[in-house]
Amino acid sequence: MTKTTETTGYNDRLEQKLAKIFAGGQQKYHDKMKESNKLFVRDRLKLLFDDENYAEDGRFANVEADDLPADGVVTAIGKVNGETVCVMANDSTVKAGSWGSRTVEKIIRIQETAEKMQVPMLYLVDSAGARITDQLDMFPNRRGAGKIFHNQVRMSGMVPQVCLLFGPSAAGGAYIPAFCDIVIMVDGNASMYLGSPRMAEKVIGEKVTLEEMGGARMHCTVSGVGDVLVATEEEAISEARRYLTNFPANFAMKPEKIEAKAAKAGRSLEAIIPENQNAPFDMYELIDQLVDEGSFFDIKKLFAGELITGIARIDGQVVGILANQPKVKGGVLFGDSADKGAKFINLCDAFSIPLLFLADVPGFMIGTKVERAGIIRHGAKFIAAMSSATVPKISVIVRKAYGAGLYAMAGPAFEPDVCIALPTAQIAVMGPEAAVNAVYSNKIEAIEDPKERLQYVQQKHQEYKEEIDIYRLASELIVDEIVAPHQLRSVLSQRLSFYETKDLPLPYRKHPIYPV
Amino acid sequence: MKELKASMAGTVLNVLAAEGQAITPGQAVLTIESMKMEIPVEAEFGGTVEKIHVEIGGFVNEGDLLITVGE
Repeated sequence: MTKTTETTGYNDRLEQKLAKIFAGGQQKYHDKMKESNKLFVRDRLKLLFDDENYAEDGRFANVEADDLPADGVVTAIGKVNGETVCVMANDSTVKAGSWGSRTVEKIIRIQETAEKMQVPMLYLVDSAGARITDQLDMFPNRRGAGKIFHNQVRMSGMVPQVCLLFGPSAAGGAYIPAFCDIVIMVDGNASMYLGSPRMAEKVIGEKVTLEEMGGARMHCTVSGVGDVLVATEEEAISEARRYLTNFPANFAMKPEKIEAKAAKAGRSLEAIIPENQNAPFDMYELIDQLVDEGSFFDIKKLFAGELITGIARIDGQVVGILANQPKVKGGVLFGDSADKGAKFINLCDAFSIPLLFLADVPGFMIGTKVERAGIIRHGAKFIAAMSSATVPKISVIVRKAYGAGLYAMAGPAFEPDVCIALPTAQIAVMGPEAAVNAVYSNKIEAIEDPKERLQYVQQKHQEYKEEIDIYRLASELIVDEIVAPHQLRSVLSQRLSFYETKDLPLPYRKHPIYPV
Repeated sequence: MKELKASMAGTVLNVLAAEGQAITPGQAVLTIESMKMEIPVEAEFGGTVEKIHVEIGGFVNEGDLLITVGE
């Protein structure tokens, strides 16, 4: 068919406009991106979506302004791993990715689309924050930037929300990552802060670098606001894609079972777990023997390492694992580990991912430092999240589970669907040494002969150990099953398949008063 | 000069490095007993041990200086 001259004219105009939009900001900003190993927003989207299978909305936003292509943000709906997702992606070549009124409106609209379609919402953040010159149009109004965060909170637990942080996420903008389920940060480039180092120097007199203030490594190791630290943008995108394979599109659906894989070849659990309760070992080695090889997705790996949290597959079935790490701080629970555990449980429970607790925990930390930091209220968050989770809960007592540590790790009182003990399990208010000291300290001190005193203490240790013998606890129906360590993987696989239909109604009320 | 600090409160059970000794990142330089657990303290960086600030049996609180490491 031959085109009329008129139509060609129309198309030329469209193509010119599109070419300008696709080019993004000025060349010098593209060059700057390249220097810092950053990708142009449209290249990021190419990597994220399956075979460029996506459609953009609001592409012509602010097209009349001429120098603000797409108004600095690309919003799109498309396919990732064959499933539909919605995405907003800042373009930092356009006014440093700052937000004007149309930028904000586009972000709000794509969130609304994600909610209506009930699909995951991804935030690819690289933005200097508000365009202060436009503040009245984008900041305080009903559909201003605050609405973005309001939508995030509203959609939390409804659809997965993932943040990929490629550059700065400044001031108010720093709440986008904070309200996401998970934050993936690129080492060296990503940062989050309420006030920049320049502002800190002016306002409070503190001199500090950007990396110290809000760098990716700091947030993934110290503050815990970041979840996954990656070296490159490509890795961030592939990790986000891998993360999403474990999730359903929304809370009403269930995660899919995938093809089973064998566990990584390695030592048996019998060889990994030391008999001496007080000796450290590497819990990661044990997890490797339980899960399908290569399936473990570690969340907050570098933060509060005394508690491991991650999503994996056992015979293709998805499972969220919480495991004490005896190698780090003895596996003792702290305020940060309690926060880490609570958020992870909420994440898994929201999206029907069963929970597996691997307990080897001496308890919550004691002492003035942690009491002053509020370890009781932090611990309460962890226990409340675990207690109110209604997904299948499997509790495995690997070695010791003392005091409130037993509670946090889904001990028998918290309605795990099964509490499995390994033969090395030891459940008690406290360990033998501490208990004997607590109960008999006066008597021990009264014995003058050191040899006799030692003998007395050893005898009491022995009596205590018999009292808390795991077969005695099984006999009293405190634990449901004792399993040989080398059989644990197959037992877990079987239990997960049996509990698929679990359906526990929530108690009738508005909501609990969450400990914070 | 770098400082190795206690990550948690406890009692020094063992000192595994000596002043003047070269250490490498990840090397266990102390053992702390806390919550009845033996907790290895690993060097976060390499260098030469300049000064050991604690002794066996002493109490350390979270954040206390354990070892100073020089280049």
